[in-house]
Parts: sequence; C-alpha cells; structure tokens
Amino acid sequence: MIEARQLRKSFGAVEAVRDVSFTAPDGRITGLLGPNGAGKSTTLRMLSTILAPQSGTALIDGVDTRADPLAARRAIGVLTHQSGLYPNLTARENILYFAELHGMPRPERLQRADELIEQLDMREFAVRRVKGFSQGQRIKTALARALVHRPKNILLDEPTNGLDVMAVRNLRALLYRLRDSGHCVLFSSHVMQEIAWLCEEVVVIAGGRVLATGTPDAIRERAGAAHLEDAFVSLIGDAEGLL
Amino acid sequence: MRTIWTIFRKEFLENLRDRRTLTTALLLGPVLGPLMLSGLLQFVAQREQERLDKPLPVAVVHAERAPNLLSYLKGYGVEVTAVTLSDEAAQQAVQSRQQRLVLAIPEDFGALLAAQSPAPVYLYYDAANLDDARSLRRVTSLVTQYGQTIAQLRLLARGVDPAVIVPVIVQGIDVSTPRSRAGTVLGMLSYIVMFAMLLGGMYLAIDATAGERERGSLEPLLTTPIARAHIVYGKILACCAFMLISLVLTLSTTAFALSHTRLDGAGIAVDFNPSVVLHMIATTAPFIPLGAGLMTLIASFTRSYREAQSWLGLAMLVPTLPLAIASVLGLKPSLATMAIPSLSQHFQLMAALRGETLPLAWMLLSAGVCLLAGFFVCWIVSRLYQREAILG
Repeated sequence: MIEARQLRKSFGAVEAVRDVSFTAPDGRITGLLGPNGAGKSTTLRMLSTILAPQSGTALIDGVDTRADPLAARRAIGVLTHQSGLYPNLTARENILYFAELHGMPRPERLQRADELIEQLDMREFAVRRVKGFSQGQRIKTALARALVHRPKNILLDEPTNGLDVMAVRNLRALLYRLRDSGHCVLFSSHVMQEIAWLCEEVVVIAGGRVLATGTPDAIRERAGAAHLEDAFVSLIGDAEGLL
Repeated sequence: MRTIWTIFRKEFLENLRDRRTLTTALLLGPVLGPLMLSGLLQFVAQREQERLDKPLPVAVVHAERAPNLLSYLKGYGVEVTAVTLSDEAAQQAVQSRQQRLVLAIPEDFGALLAAQSPAPVYLYYDAANLDDARSLRRVTSLVTQYGQTIAQLRLLARGVDPAVIVPVIVQGIDVSTPRSRAGTVLGMLSYIVMFAMLLGGMYLAIDATAGERERGSLEPLLTTPIARAHIVYGKILACCAFMLISLVLTLSTTAFALSHTRLDGAGIAVDFNPSVVLHMIATTAPFIPLGAGLMTLIASFTRSYREAQSWLGLAMLVPTLPLAIASVLGLKPSLATMAIPSLSQHFQLMAALRGETLPLAWMLLSAGVCLLAGFFVCWIVSRLYQREAILG
C-alpha cells in the first residue's frame, strides 16, 4: 500500500507539488491522471525515495520513506519515465544487475530472471545487448528489472509512452496479473483512455494539487459529465496538456 | 562492501564492451604515447649524430688574403667556399639564408698580422637562427685557437714561455652518465604517463556519472536499497581499475618501444628493465584514486555527456601543470615538493629513469599525500550524490 500525505515539493521558485494526498491500496490499480507538468513525476519520485518531500509524508506499506528509505526501496519496484537501461549490457544482465543490488543470492537471481523472461515473453532478445532495442523491448526489460525483487508495490511513470497497440495490451495484461496477485500498482499517465480502461482508482492531479479521487465512474458522476474526459476538463478548468 | 563490488563489476564489464572507452584506455595512450616518445628520441639522436659528422660550410670573401688561417680551418672540418661579395651583399646573403656564415677577410689582414697588431676578420651570422649559433661558436673558437697558436709562436720567438699568459685554466669534467642524460631527454615520459593514465579512466568517469544521468538510468539505480556512497565508490573503483590498466600498459609498451630505439648516437642510454617498470608503476599508482576522484567529481557536475567530455579534456591538463611549472622553475625533489601530487610522481619517474633512489620517507610522503587527497575527493563526490540536484 502506498500513501501520500500532504506532500509538498518545490524546486527553487517552482512549486511542483503543493498538496498531494491519496492512498493506493493493495490489489488495485491506481491511476495518477494529470496534464503535463501537473506534478505526477515529482510525486512518484517522492514516493520512490529519490526526492525528499519538503513537508508531508510518503508511506510504503506503512514505512516512512524519509525515516527508512532503504526499507521503503525494498518494498517498491519503479519503472521511471525513461526506461534507463544500460545499453552495453544484455536484457538479462540488466535484470541480474538489479537483482544483485537488491541483495538476492545468485541461484535465486538466475531463477527469477529466467522466470521474468518467460513471463514477459522476452526469450527472443534476452541475451542481446539493449543497444538497438525497440521501445517495447525496452519497456519489457525495464519492467522485468523493476519486478525482479518481487516488490509488493509497483510504481510506473507513463509506461505506455511510445508503445504500440500490441505492447500496450501486453502491458495491461501484465498489470492486471500483478493486481490479481495482490500487488499495489500505481500508474501515472496523461492519457485519459488508458486510465479509464485500466484503473479502478483515479487520482486527478493538476497544478501540484489533487482535484479528485475515486473510481472513474464516481469522478464522472461528481462532475456531472458523460465521459471521464469531460469530467477531467471540467475539473482542471481547461483542456491544456490533455490527449 | 558487497554492493560496492557489484557496482564495480558492472561498470567495469560495461565499459569493457564500450569501444570508445576501450580505444582510449587500451590503445590511444599505451600505443601512441610510447611511439611518439621513441620516435622523437630517435629523431633527436639522428640529428645529433648528423650534426657531429656534418662538415661546417663557411663562405669566405677574399680567401686569398689569409691562406694559412683557411688551411687551419679546413684542417678542422670547415668546408670553405670562396665567394666574391661586397659588405652589404654578404649581410644580405646571410639574412636571406643563402649563406649560413660568411667570413670576410679585410684587405689589410696580412699587413696587420705582419705588424703584430690585432687583425680583425668579420663573421656574418644570424643570431635568430639557433642552429647557426652552434656553427658560429665552432668557427669563432677555431679562429681564436688559430690566433692563440700565433701568439704562442710570437712569445716563443721572444724567448718567453707561452704558459705565462695562461694563468688559470678551466677543465670541465662531465660527470653525467649515459643513463642520467637519458633523464633530461625523457622528461616527456611523465607527461605521457600522466595523460595516458587519466585518459584511461576518463570515459568511464563520464559514462558512470553524466552518461548515467543522461540515459535516465541513475533514477532507477537510486531506487535500489543501497547507500548512495557505495554507488559512488563502486564507480570510482572501476575508474581506478581502468586507469591502472592504462598505466601498466603504457609503461610496458614504452619499455618495449625504447628497448627497440637506437639511442647511442645521442649519448644517452635507457635502462627499462622489468624491475624499473614495476617501480614506476608502484610510485605512480598512488595518484590513481585522486585522478579518478577528480574526474568523477567534475563529470558529476556537468549536465550532459558532451559537456563532461569538454570539461574533462581541460581538466586533464591540470595534473600536468605542476610538471610544467617545475621544469620552468627548475624545482628539484625535496620534502616540500614531494608533497605535491603528480609532481612527486614526475620526480620518482625521473629518478627511476636515472637509476637513482629517492629517500624512502619522501616516497612514502608522496604516496601518503596522494592517497589521502584521493580519499578526500572521493568522499566529496559521495556527499555530492546525496544531493537531489544530482538527478539533473
């Protein structure tokens, strides 16, 4: 479970996140929906312990990220905005490197890597160097790397960017599988349809503040709109930055 | 410790697969450096040899006025060409480099000599041409010698011992050995070694910091449950490993190249046996953590791979600064100068070349200061990685 309590973060004069609170429960896919520059990435970075909030608290399974960042990191798997793979390592080596950094013993590492390669259908390119991978292959590798230590909580920052339809479908299937096995999945996107299809819980965020939370239907009803998109536009005031 | 090792292994392996890192670390310094050095040395040796053997050409105006002087000069390897030139024409010929040296004998030379008055001869030369300065010295001293011979004969004719006009005599005794002379010529070795060593670690330092950030792989790395300081130490260690490989390779290839360079012509000898090479590696290696730390520090501040590249290119000149300053000021190894990193490595390399040994305390001081400074810089980098700005 991931909890954000009144998170605030500014960079110099820019207030990226003013006041963000929400809870992403286990066994659910929670979507962080907002236009570009809404503060989604900064929020995810605070939750994944890369940035320290100026005020407020981020809790991973009840662990304060500032009090015990190492424990919090063990409980999360993060897929960052850029896939951030090492081009001169193979897909498998990328996965094994992170497994080792997570302190997994060697036999377990190897077994887990093979398991993920199988699960994510990566056999074809697993022992090729990442240099020259397609966007879909990159995302799969990065996802396998994020999942290697079997984290309970998974954070994904705009994972569908640059993916083709088939790859998006595969990703969606995988996220459902994670949800069904009881994981907490937190997913950020500025693509309305994606959120509407995938998420049971939506957190609408703009200008560094949470504007609404709830199921897509609840949000739509509250805004009195026929579609989530209309609800979203009426919530943030204009259609800027939307897809 | 285990996490540092994990980071180290991955950085090392990944950079072994990077063609750019590999060429600069294992090829550029270790191959080009020694080739340059031995090529240059061979060139110097050849020139020296040629200059010694070469006859010295001198154009003489009115050679017929001083036949004895000219046959004396010819006897010492001067190649006399008789020319007919006016004073201005002689001057112009030297200025325009048609002639290197023109010796003009005045009309009254014979008469003055016979009258036992000082008889001038005129030598046109171009002081702006260093090569001719050597020829000038040779001709001048030959003419002076000729004059002294006449003076001695004159004294003898008067029944005076010529020794009375030589109250003091300077006898220079050259105590340099062929090996110590090698040191002055091979002073360039320090630059090459320093440069090759830094170059060896440069691309790794960039790739592990600015490169990692630019690729977006720093952020996922920072979400793993390991201390940021360990990440930094692993990266710096990998940089050190590449620098060490570069150092060992450079010195080995230099030893090989110089043992195949003919240097006897220049009157120098180089003893580059394996124990000298090992000694050089041991005395230069303590500089590695400092160099790796500094490069990582600079690369961490830059925003992109390209920016890091241009900054590090400049920064590489910094460790060669003490060497340049020392050679201008003529600094010698002392307790104070041995505490200056890179300069102390230079002194130790030179001492090893000359076959001298520096006091053990000085060598320990050099290694100690370098290692301490290196650890300090590494600690600063690890502090730098605690800052959020490191994400760029």
